[in-house]
Amino acid sequence: MTPEPKSEQPRPHGWIGIHRGHKARPVEWLAEKFIFLVSLSAIAMVLLIFLFVAREAMPVFFGEANTALIQPTIPVAELDKHSPAELQRYLDLTPEQYKSVDHDTLLALMQGKLDEQNEVPENFRKDADARINTTEWKYLLQSHQWSGYDRPEYIWQPVGQIKKFNIIPLIVGTLKVTLIGLLFAVPLAVGAAIYVSQLARPRVREVVKPVIEMLSGIPSVVVGFFALLVLATVLQKIFGYQTRLNAFVAGIALGFAVIPVIFSIAEDALTSVPRAYTQAALALGASRWQTAWQIVLPAAIPGVFAATVLGFGRAIGETMIVLMVCSASVMSWSIFDSARSITTTIAAEMGEVVAGGPHYRILFLLGALLFAATFVSNMIGDFVIHRFKNKLEGKR
Amino acid sequence: MNGTQARHFRADKFDFWSFFFSGLTGLATLFIIGILVTILVNIIYNGWSSLSWHFVSTIPTDLFNMKTTGILPMIVGTTIRVFVMTIFVIPVGVITAIYLTEYAPNTSLITRVIRAAVNNLAGVPSIVFGLFGLGFFINFVGKNMDLLLHNPTSVWGRPALIWAALTLAVMTLPVVIVATEESLKAIPPGLREASLALGATKLETILKIVLPQALPGILTGGILAVSRAAGEVAPILLTGVCTYMVGLPHSPTDQFMDLGYHVFILSTQSNDIDATRPILYATVLVLLMLTFALNIVAILIRARVRKKLRALG
Amino acid sequence: MKKLLSILSVAALAANLHAGNITVKGSDTLVILAQKWAEVYMGEHKDVKIQVSGGGSGIGFAALQSQTTDLCDASRPAKAAEIAKCQVVFGGKRPTEYKVALDGLSVYVNPENSLKELTVEQVGDIFTGKIKNWKEVGGPDAPITVYSRENSSGTYEFFKEHILKGKDFVASAQTMPGTAAIVQAVVKDKNGIGYGGAAYGGNSKLLNIKRDDGSPAIAPTEENVINGTYPIWRHLYVYVNPNLDKGEIAAYLNWIRSDEGQKYVKDIGYYPLPKNLRSN
Repeated sequence: MTPEPKSEQPRPHGWIGIHRGHKARPVEWLAEKFIFLVSLSAIAMVLLIFLFVAREAMPVFFGEANTALIQPTIPVAELDKHSPAELQRYLDLTPEQYKSVDHDTLLALMQGKLDEQNEVPENFRKDADARINTTEWKYLLQSHQWSGYDRPEYIWQPVGQIKKFNIIPLIVGTLKVTLIGLLFAVPLAVGAAIYVSQLARPRVREVVKPVIEMLSGIPSVVVGFFALLVLATVLQKIFGYQTRLNAFVAGIALGFAVIPVIFSIAEDALTSVPRAYTQAALALGASRWQTAWQIVLPAAIPGVFAATVLGFGRAIGETMIVLMVCSASVMSWSIFDSARSITTTIAAEMGEVVAGGPHYRILFLLGALLFAATFVSNMIGDFVIHRFKNKLEGKR
Repeated sequence: MNGTQARHFRADKFDFWSFFFSGLTGLATLFIIGILVTILVNIIYNGWSSLSWHFVSTIPTDLFNMKTTGILPMIVGTTIRVFVMTIFVIPVGVITAIYLTEYAPNTSLITRVIRAAVNNLAGVPSIVFGLFGLGFFINFVGKNMDLLLHNPTSVWGRPALIWAALTLAVMTLPVVIVATEESLKAIPPGLREASLALGATKLETILKIVLPQALPGILTGGILAVSRAAGEVAPILLTGVCTYMVGLPHSPTDQFMDLGYHVFILSTQSNDIDATRPILYATVLVLLMLTFALNIVAILIRARVRKKLRALG
Repeated sequence: MKKLLSILSVAALAANLHAGNITVKGSDTLVILAQKWAEVYMGEHKDVKIQVSGGGSGIGFAALQSQTTDLCDASRPAKAAEIAKCQVVFGGKRPTEYKVALDGLSVYVNPENSLKELTVEQVGDIFTGKIKNWKEVGGPDAPITVYSRENSSGTYEFFKEHILKGKDFVASAQTMPGTAAIVQAVVKDKNGIGYGGAAYGGNSKLLNIKRDDGSPAIAPTEENVINGTYPIWRHLYVYVNPNLDKGEIAAYLNWIRSDEGQKYVKDIGYYPLPKNLRSN
């Protein structure tokens, strides 16, 4: 497909409408189609990620999971009185599994269901909570006054007799840690970006830029390790708070990981402000700082904003750092309290959950939520950068 | 700087705030570099003394025993999983980049969607890739392969090296695409035009002229992908890594041990953190040397590519 | 005919080879112990090959059910849903449960804490948040900081079920990814309290535990755990498909629970099974 001058006439087509190239240069034609198809893989992957993470979360989404501790049972003797569909649902089997099991196995499974109900501890039998399906949306999102509590609370305690799956504390924890990280990282990274792109001498810039970018080469598990062993102790000494590991330490460590991301995007945005702006300002007698602060930064504000949004996306999805530093699902906005992020929850709990059970499904639901959040922040960030670059180019 | 010019500025207005804020941004820069240096010095200082040939070449039988432990299986596991990953990610990434720079109509909707997808993929949280690997590769692809092959027991539908590598390949796809694209753009258009003018087809031009020129960029992309993947723990957490297994992985369906995950295990699961701290530091140092060596090589190659790009622009 | 025979013999050989291969998978708590056993056993029985890997009890049960592992290590009893899934593929039989070791759980506090003992009920009340200050249990006047394990750990589940009697942990409980992290936190926090394996206490102080107000306070020593006087302990389990529980696998399971196998339990920080618990 070499660029051809556009002609008014329609291009000649081959046999039954197949493009002429198909016959003239079959290898070229095939290669081009192949390359095009492969290049769609990125789109396919994004779609697949969403599809398959959401697929595993589906039963919870549509309220098909039931976690009530006390459930109605069917006596073993009544096996033949119920339809296969009913039994399959009751025994929580897939249609294939139901077909594969023989009669004796069915009886054993029915007995198992009865035994399970008989094993419910006495103190839960009278408890109203034991009859609640805790995977309903109401219990996932709203506070509820569980027995033993004196007021409605948001609780994430997915293991135990009454499984409490309220995801609000996790969302609060994620936002808390992320915001601390950004509050720490954005001023530093943007400050450094201003310095490197506007104020530093070229030779300094050549050295400093790759050095800061090297920070992004540190694996997050190493940052987490450093925060756990060194940073937590140092920060506690400086600020003198009570609990050694808390959202504050996690946030600062998160900042370490986000700084290089924000720095490179912001630096890029600041550098792409046309030189004419700077030269004009300097010619008018402004100092370097005044130029940077009053001319370049305002022009690059959309880029800096995009850097922050993309940094947010990175921070909200960071797993190992928060996992290693703090993880109490406490409902509190205090920065010196602990926090449990969504990523931590997925990483820490997936290994021990019953595969395919409600807890497993909810972890996937959290994953889908996280994916949606980063998807939106990425979209915003990219859109803003795109607009910003176009605008600068248009003005040039 | 020219003396008169400098005086001119000062004479006009010596601005305290100007001076102050310039200093502040400089301090911010210094602070960030300080963070990096502190982390590195801390790890190298503490890790160097317990690093030994015995440590990196031993298959351990007890992870937390100071005298007999080693990290050979972790080094092997990490190496194999990133190697298998590159087999998948480099062809796909390079071909996508070729499409984007050589074939794609610049303004068409599909090009913009591909670019948006690549950018988005780069921002997906690593743990979500883990969930994806579990939900797609293991629970869907693997389970169906078992059904198709009529395996009596599940062979593919469980966490394994191959699934971890594939998950990482999806994760690092944008890294390879972006780096390759950058290097493709750095090739002077004149080269392509000359080749086409001499009668070569587009495919021939790409294979014989463009790709050889772009090799450093592809290499950078591959290395950056490897260095990113080598340090990632979250995606493999759910798709193949295990705390401990005997010996080395033999087949793509085996699980594996991993350096990054081992750092996590040592810093949280160890019986006695103070006693095992030296091996923890040594493991971190090995992981860091691996990723940093790769990173520095990539940065050096990339600097060359960028210089070329600048000369063109 | 000859051909058929040779094919059969090759098949038998292959089956034989498989029989000498045992795969073990499951709880990370047990993985080191399982490895120790495997290593010693393989040294004594050259024809047996044992593959051990971790991942978590849930992953172990999933593998047991998909028949990708012969033995499943678990730090918690199997859940009803997991048993049911196994029954589907085991022809209605439940997976066989073997208790393979004891884990004595102790309550850690900071070495500077003047407190020496607590009742089981008080421990529960502290972890549910009903008791918030050390002076309520006879300690100094200071708020209690609670350290707990990740909810994915078997210890967490055991504590919640048996010590907290099914009630929730206090929301402010700091969740730690490992016992070592809890010990480290408690050693650094003079108002901290945590729980975990008795052998892993490190520099923290292990409290003596009273079954109730009237009983004596018992220290979490090996002797007290094994003879059952110390009140907080749990089992560690191995699960097996009953259809496979014969030949090499049965021999290995027997060896694990014999004196010979139980000898190695202590090296890893758990306690051997008392004799009366070994026959299942």
